Parts: sequence; structure tokens; C-alpha cells
Amino acid sequence: MIVFENVTVAYDRGAPALHSLDFEIKDGAAVGIIGANGAGKTTLFKALTGLLPFEGRITVNSVEVAKKNLPGIRKMLGYVMQNSDNQMFMPKVSDDMIFGPVNYGMSREEAGKRADEVLGKLNISYLRDRYNHKISGGEKRLAAIATVLAMEPEILLFDEPSSALDPKNRRMLINILNSLGETKLIASHDLDLVLDTCREVMLLNEGRLCAFGSAKEILTDKALLEANGLELPLRYQN
Amino acid sequence: MNKAEKASRELAGAENLAHGDSFIHRMSPLSKLAVTVTYIAVTVSFGKYDFSALAVMALFPVIAYQLALIPVFTCFRKLRMILPLVCAVGLFNPVFDREILFTVGSLRISGGVVSMITLMMKGVFSLMASFLLAATTKIEDICASLRKLHIPKMLVSLLLLTFRYISVMLDEVSVMSCAYSLRSPGSRGVAVGAWGSFLGQLILRSSDRANELYESMVLRGFNGEFEYTRPQSGGAVSWLISAAVIALIFTARFFNLTEALGSLIGR
Repeated sequence: MIVFENVTVAYDRGAPALHSLDFEIKDGAAVGIIGANGAGKTTLFKALTGLLPFEGRITVNSVEVAKKNLPGIRKMLGYVMQNSDNQMFMPKVSDDMIFGPVNYGMSREEAGKRADEVLGKLNISYLRDRYNHKISGGEKRLAAIATVLAMEPEILLFDEPSSALDPKNRRMLINILNSLGETKLIASHDLDLVLDTCREVMLLNEGRLCAFGSAKEILTDKALLEANGLELPLRYQN
Repeated sequence: MNKAEKASRELAGAENLAHGDSFIHRMSPLSKLAVTVTYIAVTVSFGKYDFSALAVMALFPVIAYQLALIPVFTCFRKLRMILPLVCAVGLFNPVFDREILFTVGSLRISGGVVSMITLMMKGVFSLMASFLLAATTKIEDICASLRKLHIPKMLVSLLLLTFRYISVMLDEVSVMSCAYSLRSPGSRGVAVGAWGSFLGQLILRSSDRANELYESMVLRGFNGEFEYTRPQSGGAVSWLISAAVIALIFTARFFNLTEALGSLIGR
């Protein structure tokens, strides 16, 4: 379970990017985080993973996000970043996949086996020995997801997972997201993807939590979406 | 493809060489590091007029490149920007050291010329040996070997991260050059007036990307030391061969093999 209690985040003592957030996300939930550009979606993920300092209290499975607990917290959280180029830093996909598990004490052989399993699960085993700089944007996105899944996190955070994906890969991604049983937080502008993958939605606007509830209810509320700089999902437009 | 993109691909290409599968590639990284360090130390220790004794040191890189299945030409092509600098080190020696050492026919060879050639050879041989190590050993394995030698983890991580971030920076240069050239048709390179903002943006963008990469590493358990590359334990064969090569290198240092070979042929 993820609990935010009165969480405020400010960059360099400027105006807060997140204002007094209070919410709970239960185990196994799939929550879409939506909002216009600059609403605070990425900031929320960075605060949750301890990459940004914050005021208030965040707990993940009853463990407080604090400096001393960060290794344990980060082991529980798998964060797929918005830009896969910035996530994949090793020469080969397989090297990137074993990086996390080995850092957490697993042997290279075991980590390699786990990487093979994950690649098989995502139907991208052919990427195993490919060089990161030679694969397409879509493949890189799937590989980035694989590197995070290889760590077997309890909670998955996806930041704009469908960006840079063609329709076929986007459909594949939706199937993958739906097949994952872990708790999922998906920050996206792709409201159709959110509808397809999440039961609940959290709507942010300028760092404030404007709505948190059923995905279907929020994503069909035209007035609410437009008041917060968004539009209805494409499937509901005319 | 712009120059930065070419450079980035060339860097990746050089790194790909290390994934080859030859006898040298399979040797223990630590033993290769030991041989390379010994070779370079011995090579630079030759006296400035020991031209003939030094010549025999060329054998090590030439043979090793053959065994590694890497053409020697690849080394010179990849290092074409550095080689002139290395060769330029002793350029002024003939001016300062004019004492005639020997004559070849009517040609009088001064000590300066010999020392210049010796310096060039030392530089080129050392570069060839370093490139051979890089081309046959993954950077992570080299770093892991350095850690095994108790080199401080901060220095080793710095080496590895610098290597990784070079490509990040080149990628950014490539994207920015592309964007610049698309909006300044016909221009050759970046105009001097735009250098300041170009460099400033480059630093900011590279720094942002580097920061995000670092965050990605931290989120996957990186704690300042790369744990994931443990050097292969390196079979006894690898170490035996390395010991033999090191012995040969020292033999070449203390006995003038070129001279011995010459006198043997002379008889």
C-alpha cells in the first residue's frame, strides 16, 4: 500500500510542484495519474522513489520513504522512466537487465535466468543480445520495462509508457500492463490507454489532487477534464 | 549523419570489439591488465637513444592483434586523432640535441632525431597496447579488475561513468547539430556567434540526461560501486601465458634482442 500524507514538493524553494497530497493506493490497484503538462505526475513518482526531497510523509508497504530506508523502498518500486534513452545505459539489453538484480545481491547467472524469463514473458527474447543504441524507440521502451520487471518489484510506476510507440506496440503494451498483477501507477496523457489499463484515476492540476476515483467516471466527466486542461479520451469524442 | 553521430557510432563500434570471441578476448581481464601495464611501463623505461632495443617491443602488439583477430589498421583508424599528438611530443628534440650519434652512408643522424623517433615509438606502442586492452576487454571488466587491485572505488566508478557519459554527450551534440543545421542551410558547422549558447545548452542538456541516467542507476540499487561485473576467475592457462609474456617483455628490456639477432645474422 502506498500512503501520501500531506506531501508537498518544491523545486529549489520555488512554488510547490505538489501541494499537500493525501491519498492511499491499495495493493494490487491499477491507478492512472492524469493531468496537463506540468501537473506534477513525474514529480509525484520522483518523490515516491526518494529522488526528490519532500515535506509530509510517504509510506510504501508501511515503510517510510526516508534516506535510511531508500534501498529497501527502491527494491519494492520499479520505475519505468518517460525517456527510455535515459534509462538504458549499458551496451546491451541483457547487461541492463541484470544490472538491478546483481546490485541487490543476486548472482549473474541467476540474474541472467531471470532476464530470460522476463524477456520471454514480454515476447522480446530476440532483444536479449541486441545493443541498446541499435534498437528502435518502441523496442527500447519494451526493453526498459523488461529491465524494471527483472527486479521483480512489488509496485510498478510507468511514466508516459505509450510515448514513442506505434499503434501495434501500444496495443502490445496495453496487453502487457494488463497481464501484470503488481500494483501499478501509470502516469499518462494517453487517456485511452489509462481507460484500458486502470480501474482508478487520480487527476492532478498544478500539483493539486483534483479528483481520485473510478476511471470510467472521471474519464467521462467532460466538464471536470476540461476544467483541468484535458479532453475526453478519443473514444468518447463524438 | 553528422560528425557527432559518427563519433558516437565509432565509440559504440570500438566497444563492440570487446565483445569478440578470440583467444585474447577469453583471457582473464586482470591478467590482460597486468600484461598491458607491464608492457607500457617497460616500454617507456627505455633510454632515449635505445632505438634498436625498443624496436623489438613492436612484436607484442603486432602478434597480439593477430591473436585477437583485430586488424592493426583498426587501431590506427580509431586513434587517428590522438596519434599525431603522440608523435608531436618529441618534435623539437632534433633542434635541441644536435650531437651526431652515427652516420648512415653520408647521412649524419643526430641524437635529437633518434630520441624523437624513440619517443614516437614509445607513444605509439603504448597506445597500441592500451587500445588492444580496450578492444578485447569490456570496460566493466577492466574496472572490476582495477577494483581487484584495490584502486579506490570512486576512481574506478569515475572512469566507468566518464566512459558511459561520453556517448550521452555525443548524442546531445548530434541532436543539437542536427537541429542547428536544419535551420541554417548551407552553413558549415556552428557559427562562432552561436558557440556560447550552443555550448551552454549542451552542458545543461547533457547534465540533465546524465542526472536522469544516474537516477535510473540509483533506482536499481547502484550505491557508488558497480557490483555487476565480477572479473572471470581467469584460468591458470591465462595467467601462465601472461606470466610468460611478462617474462619476455622484461627479457626484451634487459637484453638487446635486436642487436643479438643482428649479430647472429652477421655471423
